[in-house]
Amino acid sequence: MKILVTAKRVPDPNSAIKVKPDGTGIVTDGLKYVVNPFDENAIEEALKIKEKVSGTEVVLVSIGDKTAQEQLRTGLAMGGDRAILVLADGELDSLGVARVLQKIVETEKADLVLLGKQAIDDDSNAAGQMLAELLAWPQATFASKVELGGDQKSATVTREVDGGLETLSLPLPAVITADLRLNEPRYASLPGIMKARKKELKEIPVADLGVDVKPKLKVVKLQPPPARQGGRKVASVQELVEVLHSEAKVI
Amino acid sequence: MGNVLVLAEQSHGKFPKTTLVAITAGLAAAGKNGGECHAALLGKGVEGLAAELAAHGVKKVLVVDDPALEHYVADAWSSALAQLAKDGGYSVVLGTATAVGKDLLPRVAVRLGAGYASDVTGIVDGNTYLRPMWAGNVIATVQLEGPAQVVSVRATAFDAAGTGAAGAVEKKSVSIDDAAKKTKFVDYAETKSDRPVLTEASIVVSGGRGLKSGENFTTYLEPLVDALGAAMGASRAAVDAGFVPNDLQIGQTGKVVAPTLYIAVGISGAIQHLAGMKDSKVIVSINKDEEAPIFQISDYGLVGDLFKEVPALTEEVKKLKGH
Repeated sequence: MKILVTAKRVPDPNSAIKVKPDGTGIVTDGLKYVVNPFDENAIEEALKIKEKVSGTEVVLVSIGDKTAQEQLRTGLAMGGDRAILVLADGELDSLGVARVLQKIVETEKADLVLLGKQAIDDDSNAAGQMLAELLAWPQATFASKVELGGDQKSATVTREVDGGLETLSLPLPAVITADLRLNEPRYASLPGIMKARKKELKEIPVADLGVDVKPKLKVVKLQPPPARQGGRKVASVQELVEVLHSEAKVI
Repeated sequence: MGNVLVLAEQSHGKFPKTTLVAITAGLAAAGKNGGECHAALLGKGVEGLAAELAAHGVKKVLVVDDPALEHYVADAWSSALAQLAKDGGYSVVLGTATAVGKDLLPRVAVRLGAGYASDVTGIVDGNTYLRPMWAGNVIATVQLEGPAQVVSVRATAFDAAGTGAAGAVEKKSVSIDDAAKKTKFVDYAETKSDRPVLTEASIVVSGGRGLKSGENFTTYLEPLVDALGAAMGASRAAVDAGFVPNDLQIGQTGKVVAPTLYIAVGISGAIQHLAGMKDSKVIVSINKDEEAPIFQISDYGLVGDLFKEVPALTEEVKKLKGH
């Protein structure tokens, strides 16, 4: 079976993100970059399937400039088999990403696509769903558990939804997006890192895919959120209840 | 003419606040597009609910009653909603960024060839929106290009629509291909609680890793939650550790809440948690670490041992309420 997994390059989630004064972007000086945490969950799940189902190939995909090689090497070091970097300048919106992935899926004849449920930079939570619709495949988003059928022709997926846990059954091929508690992503081992250097990482300019990536969503400007007024410390629960009642008037 | 079609979710025969919020946003979008706001009600056996929906300020409710729509599944619902939108010539399809909205609306956008903006917190004009990025550290102004748009709105960014003049109800039928019926609903393990719904409560008390165990949530936090008539939430760390179920998680990728009062107990205040609660009107934190980042966004902070302070706070609250 062939599994396609995304490995988006994003700023470290613990970075302090600041908007440039002219609002055209964020300050990138000094930022560290990592694999999107939810994509790590997706990669881990693909690797777990590979360990269970012999003959499974895990193909990593990223879209961006050459720096994204770093994140693909991380995925290869974790245990992925090979990687594809679609070189694209400038911002693609979620639809553009989905269209690029669709082309790769069709060329590779993937049986399953795993993505993180959202990227922690734009927080769009859309590419996986859009890809599924473009492919006319079923989807299961926010997955916290994935069980493949014995013949790898179906999957039973438990999802984290607003009121609890929902379970769906879908035939493959399908798109599944990973939530945090799907698994605990493994660290790349030193042997893994060494092996990753020799694994195939193919670069494809986005123009070669013949896909329309013209964005339908344009970011016009960025600004910081409204700042909260500073607060104060209280010395006791008695004082706390008093201020909440008389000053803030919320209880 | 830019009419807006709002996805109206129902749960156990009732319209939750998240649906009424979508109507308010839909009415705003319709105003900016010079059109009307209608609502779409999909399901099996839901016709009887249409009148109540129509009473909340929408000009028309489109009802689709179809066995394939009995449970929410993305492929069948995407086909149905997109057909309604196309047949009715709607310019905007809008829903709240609930688990359903987030799962469904991007597929509808693809079917309609529409631009899609998610988790919108403000409607600037007919095709311009505000939305948070980078865990709410940035507010982006975005524009959707093209004749059709799909938008999901953040539930805390708009008020719930009240009742008004009764709109019309129209039965519609759609044809859903077998190709769009591949997903099978198996089970929904819904967390049962007598407490207010987390996303609707005016007071939320949240526990973090500092509680140290699920039993401590029960022993220490729940009495405070109930003394205040609040909903209970949790940080990601507490959910990951198995202290409480996933649907209590508040944060960038959990629930976003903005109650009148948010009390964070034993929560350090990671960026990702703040993203889910920093729009609360009044924020109180109780933590033994006075350097905890949560204090920086708190209106009132109490540095202390939560195992001592929380029971004492519960007593003070009960005294205030005359118990």
